[in-house]
Amino acid sequence: MSDPVTSAAAPTGAPATPASAPSPARPAAAAPATNAERAIPGTGTAHRHVLVAVVNNRPGVLNRVANLFRARNFNIESLAVGHTERPDVSRMTITLRGDDVAVEQAAKQLYKLIDVLKVQDVTAEPRIEHELALIKVRATNSTRAEVLKVVELYKGRVVDVAADSVIVEATGTEDEIDALVALVGGFGIKEMVRTGSTVMVRGPQVVEYEGVAK
Amino acid sequence: MTMTTRAPGRHLPGAGTPEASAIEHARAEMLQEAKPRGRTRIGADVVCESLLRQGVDVIFGYPGGVLLPLYDVLGDYPQLRHVLVRHEQGAAHAADGYARVTGQVGVCLATSGPGATNLVTGIANAMLDSVPMVAITGNVAAALLGKDAFQEIDITGITLPMTKHNYLVRDANDLPHVFAEAFHIARTGRPGPVHIDITKDALQQETRAQHPDEETVLAAIPGFRPTYDGHPRQLRLAAKMIDEATRPVILAGHGILLAGASDQLRAFAERAQIPVAHTLLGVGAMDETHPLEYGYMGMHGWKHVNRAIQSADLLIALGMRFDDRVTGKVSTYATGARIIHVDIDPAEIGKNVSVDVPIVGDVGRVLTALTPLVAERRPADRAAYFEQLAAWRRESESRSWHGSGAWRDGLLSADYVVEQIGAAANYDATLVADVGQNQMWVARYGGFRRPDSHLSSGGLGTMGYALPAAMGAAVGRPDKETWAICGDGGFQMTMQQLGTLVQEHIPVKIAVLDNTKLGMIRQWQELIYAGNYHSAHLLGPDYLKLAEAYGIPAFRATTPDEVPTAIAAAQAVDGPALVHFRIADEQNVFPFMPAGKGLSDLIEEWGGADE
Repeated sequence: MSDPVTSAAAPTGAPATPASAPSPARPAAAAPATNAERAIPGTGTAHRHVLVAVVNNRPGVLNRVANLFRARNFNIESLAVGHTERPDVSRMTITLRGDDVAVEQAAKQLYKLIDVLKVQDVTAEPRIEHELALIKVRATNSTRAEVLKVVELYKGRVVDVAADSVIVEATGTEDEIDALVALVGGFGIKEMVRTGSTVMVRGPQVVEYEGVAK
Repeated sequence: MTMTTRAPGRHLPGAGTPEASAIEHARAEMLQEAKPRGRTRIGADVVCESLLRQGVDVIFGYPGGVLLPLYDVLGDYPQLRHVLVRHEQGAAHAADGYARVTGQVGVCLATSGPGATNLVTGIANAMLDSVPMVAITGNVAAALLGKDAFQEIDITGITLPMTKHNYLVRDANDLPHVFAEAFHIARTGRPGPVHIDITKDALQQETRAQHPDEETVLAAIPGFRPTYDGHPRQLRLAAKMIDEATRPVILAGHGILLAGASDQLRAFAERAQIPVAHTLLGVGAMDETHPLEYGYMGMHGWKHVNRAIQSADLLIALGMRFDDRVTGKVSTYATGARIIHVDIDPAEIGKNVSVDVPIVGDVGRVLTALTPLVAERRPADRAAYFEQLAAWRRESESRSWHGSGAWRDGLLSADYVVEQIGAAANYDATLVADVGQNQMWVARYGGFRRPDSHLSSGGLGTMGYALPAAMGAAVGRPDKETWAICGDGGFQMTMQQLGTLVQEHIPVKIAVLDNTKLGMIRQWQELIYAGNYHSAHLLGPDYLKLAEAYGIPAFRATTPDEVPTAIAAAQAVDGPALVHFRIADEQNVFPFMPAGKGLSDLIEEWGGADE
């Protein structure tokens, strides 16, 4: 028997029966209007998106959200979660990179979780987007004054002082904190922790959702 | 020796605290069964009451240590039939089969640890095929959770990504609400499995908690509000696009069956005179003898169907999700077609292909609203299009039918066997396919006339599905003849359920299409891997003796002329029966679209030397 792959590519092995006459896969009469390729969702230009997810404040909800992103192959840049004005509701700020279609898909998948009450992509909204950072900076007697000055210039706050280091607390946008980190980096960073962005849309509008009972 | 020298309780971290005493108490309970309670109402009663309130009449299950409180009261609820399976995977598949033929939520039950993990395949199967199911597992007493107790596993952690929702219940007072919510979620919107894990102490705990009404249940899940009606603007856009199209094709999927929308589909197709192609799980959405029914699409679909799709100027996708088996390479998929996509799950729209008109809603309600908006046509209006379609169909059916040619040598051809089973049952039986070549043969040649008569593991592709799912289907629709059509590979995966068929008097007829091969593996190895047949050959038992050992009448056919007799003999049995069809060793399923290729790249070869 001939190599099946080859013979399949050129189906000439069939005997001369009327039905077996090779025909073009796509007859000219029915040629499609366009030869353009069909776009594959999620393959456009990736950029940073900020999603707000309002969720039930119940055990395991964070796990459901985090697991969904992993299972659906979405990369989270940061995820911050905390209480809201309602004790039964938590709010997550999720930043991720992807094209618009992919991020919309992520939002739709999030919405399918029973514990998710609302998802909103606030990337295009005017917003306050801040994170908090704690940075333990090397600061000896000779450099401490200089460290304090830099921190003050950047509206950071020194919240702890030890013999050879200080802890700097800073809040602000990701860029502002990146800038501060770059500056104090010259003195030597011993340890750092950042919360990831939390976001609120400017002006009177709020992220609305249907309330939960209980 | 050393133990006696230690003070009692020394081994327990945090000894003396209430938590530690609770853990100690729970351990003692696990080792020594609690004495049967007086007939007060306990969590296990709530489980049974909840099932009855939800209209459940059968559960497929398997007992275990932590479930004993439930099995202790099950006898007090004779309206609940319990089918004792031989492996928990079968319980989940049976609940799946039951759900698919009845449209009701299927229920399966397993114990903690291995019982629960055995359910997992069946739950995943139901998830990928959107089958309404409630899976119940027991777990160790709440105080022991996280202690790696005997048969403890974090099963809710495992089922989290493969369920619509899941619960871990530690308090019997939560059970009424959880069950009501779980059934609501399982059957509402896009159906799917919901898992409830219940600790043993919750099953044993006395409770007076009342069952909630519908309103309370809805109020508790504000995050779950499926959209049923299509947006009027989208419907008008779709109608306009449909009226403009000259080569439209309807793609009918599982959503049609799940929504019970076969009548609406037919009415829509007839009014607009649009041919209907169907997915694997859309088999039966339209009577295959209907003039507008065009056939099965995709990787092993009919060439004429794929041709029609590739040359269409409009695809109307109804309750299907453009799976890779349907589209092949997306960039070359129906490049000249605009797409209208109707689905109740908004996340399916725009997931795999970009769409021109998305419509979120129940496909039945959308079609009811859409049909009067489209122009009425007569077949003559599409004469040229229909002539082309008919010509393609004649050509492709003459090539693919009995594709292997094996039957000409007096060997048994699987497609012939499947066709004969369909015909012998007057095209009214429930045919449950396994996975692999047999699955494709069933979908292509079974001859389906009604919805919910074809069951197949589409999304997950679970070998071993057929027999246990057929079990559930036969229990759900005892008025229909039920066939499990398996390959020898899939049958050997779950053949332990023969015992269930006998013990529970479930009259499933089993067709084993035996080519002593993992046929689809062998086919790919032949066509893609240069004939490197590693692990494709499969030794099987003597199937007649196997059936006989269970007291199941069994028959054999090795030549085409023995087929009708063997089928008739199995049909004549009052109860389960098995037919061993010794089919040709090397029959391939054609056409065949190699993975990574497009729908226009079908391999449609005459296998065998006889051609």
